[in-house]
Amino acid sequence: MADAEIIQLGSAGRAGRGSRSTPSAAARGLAPARRTERARPVPPTLAGDDADPTLDPASAPLPDASPDTDATAEPDPDVGLRATDGADPEEGTDADEVPLTLGGLVGDLTGLLGQALRGLTGVPVEDLRAAAANPWDALLRLMEALGIEQPDSWEETLAFARSRIAGDYAVDDFGFDPEFTERVFLPLLRPLVRSWFRVEVRGAENLPADGSALLVSNHAGTMPLDGMVLHAVVHDEIGRHVRMLGADLIFSTPFSHDLARRTGTTLACQEDAERLLASDQLVAVFPEGFKGLGKAYADRYKLQRFGRGGFVSAAVRAQVPIIPVSIVGSEEIYPLLATAPTLARAMGVPYFPVTPLFPWLGVLGLVPLPSKWIIQIGEAIATDELPAGAAEDPMVVFNVTDQVRETIQQTLYRLLTERRSVFF
Amino acid sequence: MTRVVLVTGVSRDLGARFARSLAADADVDVIGVDVTPPRFDLGRARFVRADIRNPVIAKVITASAVDTVVHMAMVATPGGAGGRSSMKEMNVIGTMQLLAAVQKAPSFRKLVVQSSVSVYGASPRDPAKFTEDMSPRVQPRTGFGKDSVEIETYVRGLARRRPDVVVTTLRLATLMGAGVESTTTRYLALPVVPRVLGFDARLQFLHPSDAVAALLLVTRRDVPGTFNVAADDMVVLSQAVRQMGRPEIGVPQSLAPLVAATFRQARLSDFSADQIDALTYGRGMDTARFSEATGFVPTYSSRAALAEFVASSSPGLLSPERLEGALHSVESLLTVRTPRG
Repeated sequence: MADAEIIQLGSAGRAGRGSRSTPSAAARGLAPARRTERARPVPPTLAGDDADPTLDPASAPLPDASPDTDATAEPDPDVGLRATDGADPEEGTDADEVPLTLGGLVGDLTGLLGQALRGLTGVPVEDLRAAAANPWDALLRLMEALGIEQPDSWEETLAFARSRIAGDYAVDDFGFDPEFTERVFLPLLRPLVRSWFRVEVRGAENLPADGSALLVSNHAGTMPLDGMVLHAVVHDEIGRHVRMLGADLIFSTPFSHDLARRTGTTLACQEDAERLLASDQLVAVFPEGFKGLGKAYADRYKLQRFGRGGFVSAAVRAQVPIIPVSIVGSEEIYPLLATAPTLARAMGVPYFPVTPLFPWLGVLGLVPLPSKWIIQIGEAIATDELPAGAAEDPMVVFNVTDQVRETIQQTLYRLLTERRSVFF
Repeated sequence: MTRVVLVTGVSRDLGARFARSLAADADVDVIGVDVTPPRFDLGRARFVRADIRNPVIAKVITASAVDTVVHMAMVATPGGAGGRSSMKEMNVIGTMQLLAAVQKAPSFRKLVVQSSVSVYGASPRDPAKFTEDMSPRVQPRTGFGKDSVEIETYVRGLARRRPDVVVTTLRLATLMGAGVESTTTRYLALPVVPRVLGFDARLQFLHPSDAVAALLLVTRRDVPGTFNVAADDMVVLSQAVRQMGRPEIGVPQSLAPLVAATFRQARLSDFSADQIDALTYGRGMDTARFSEATGFVPTYSSRAALAEFVASSSPGLLSPERLEGALHSVESLLTVRTPRG
């Protein structure tokens, strides 16, 4: 024992795995003092901006950091927390206190509500009277107001209804029903995307018009709405369907199984990923899975572990580019306060969401908060230049995984600094 | 040289069709074996009434110098065999006895076994399509699925002990077409179809004529290995029920076994747990290996096979023809109401 060399994790050298220039996320978490020296590029928008000083972790004062942090290997979760909170401009300088972050959210929400109420000028009595006289016309107008697209003609709708009644339509090997998705699912989703979340897409030119590609995105927001929103915006941009890879819980849950299969989702397994990528499809994967979806509001925009890198080996094997997608806004739709683990275990689900509105308001609590979303589609990371057999080399797979993860994380931080408020 | 082919299970539809088609070849001598007399025309094939669970089958094989055995005597439902234990006896013990008998036969050089998609089980963790190399995510533990797995195990055992014998196992998809009598067709033909609520199973079919064609192909040529045989496309269960024009009732998943038991009592349909799973989560097979090895292309797609079955069965309560009237009145209402027309 005496001659054993004890190496403290993260205290010296490059701990964990990481690329040549940057240590891995795990190494950074373990050595808090080193965070300050870490080479994280400061977003250019900060330069000359009167932004919050805590935005830049390099200059962030760390009041808790004792002088001997260099020698200790204790991970300090507060540091990471503060760094993320600091990157969120809505909180201002009070980011030290976690409860205040929710306070800021409530304040913003009140402002939004006030604005909506001001917009509501007087009750449209005449309109109501007209609606009673001609309910059909009123329904059409209501659909228009909600932003649900009206079908081109009623003949077409009836033809669609006929084909449904006769069961005369085609699904693919995965149960994907393109006709249902385009005529029912996406039109119903569009008001949510355009009017409720006001999704802004950046970098749409990075979406490939043909050929297969793997979109890799962060996953957040308690309920997997981000997948559906991504599907809608990509379809609106380039007219292609995004085929999601989902957890097996989706397929063992009633109704979610039905909807997921119909709209093109399939099980996140190597076989299905490769089958989709081999058939020229645009595939999307959320490698964080439930760890990302069910993380607490305090941990928002902190990427979780990216699975085991299975998505990278699938992309490398199929030689398709990986496109990092960063979604900002999804974290605030259902701010997750607690997960009620005992209740979740009893119900056989990964977590039971407790948000400011759910389960207290029942079904009303399921209405997502109208946060402003920004979806940044990053530049493709080519995998076809990797040497043959790279998919079987765990080190290559880990490195590419880290590269994708770092890209998304840094894009998230940058988008957060550019965002004025959660809701505008 | 005349080939002598022994076909088991010729009393049932698929076995009879296969024996008849094979016997049409002048240089093939077909001996059909079953415990009950054939209900269908066997053509030029000879029929020997024998039980494969009885050692007398060995005498038949040696006496006629059988070189090829096509084993099709599998029973998929306990109702058809007189109970689950008797079904297992016929499937598993029958296969064991038959394989024991042929292993000793000096003339024996080829075995073709009809297996089924049920060896893959069905679960929410299944890939969209199974290839032959994949193992089931959840081992089938009851009913025909378990029998099929055990049958394949014995067949692999024989292949190991007699490496000189060409062994082909064909995993057939659910048969579908006019006149097919199976659990699935009886289920779809119910006046009101109970369906597990919130799930829509993907179904993959195989037309009997394609099944016979595939079996003929591997009997005439040497194609050793295990192969999936199915139509390439899929239909979903709700779509199949719509085409049948049947109203459906949603059954919560937890109540599905109870409902299945009630239907079994009433002799309406006969589902084992693995079949309920297959009709909940759905499953599919990848057929690339068989088409690469043999160039086989099914003539019927799943949709075409289903359409043939729909055309041959009586229209349902909510058939498209009946609903057309309702749609028509909606249409006339709309054209009056909206100037957009």
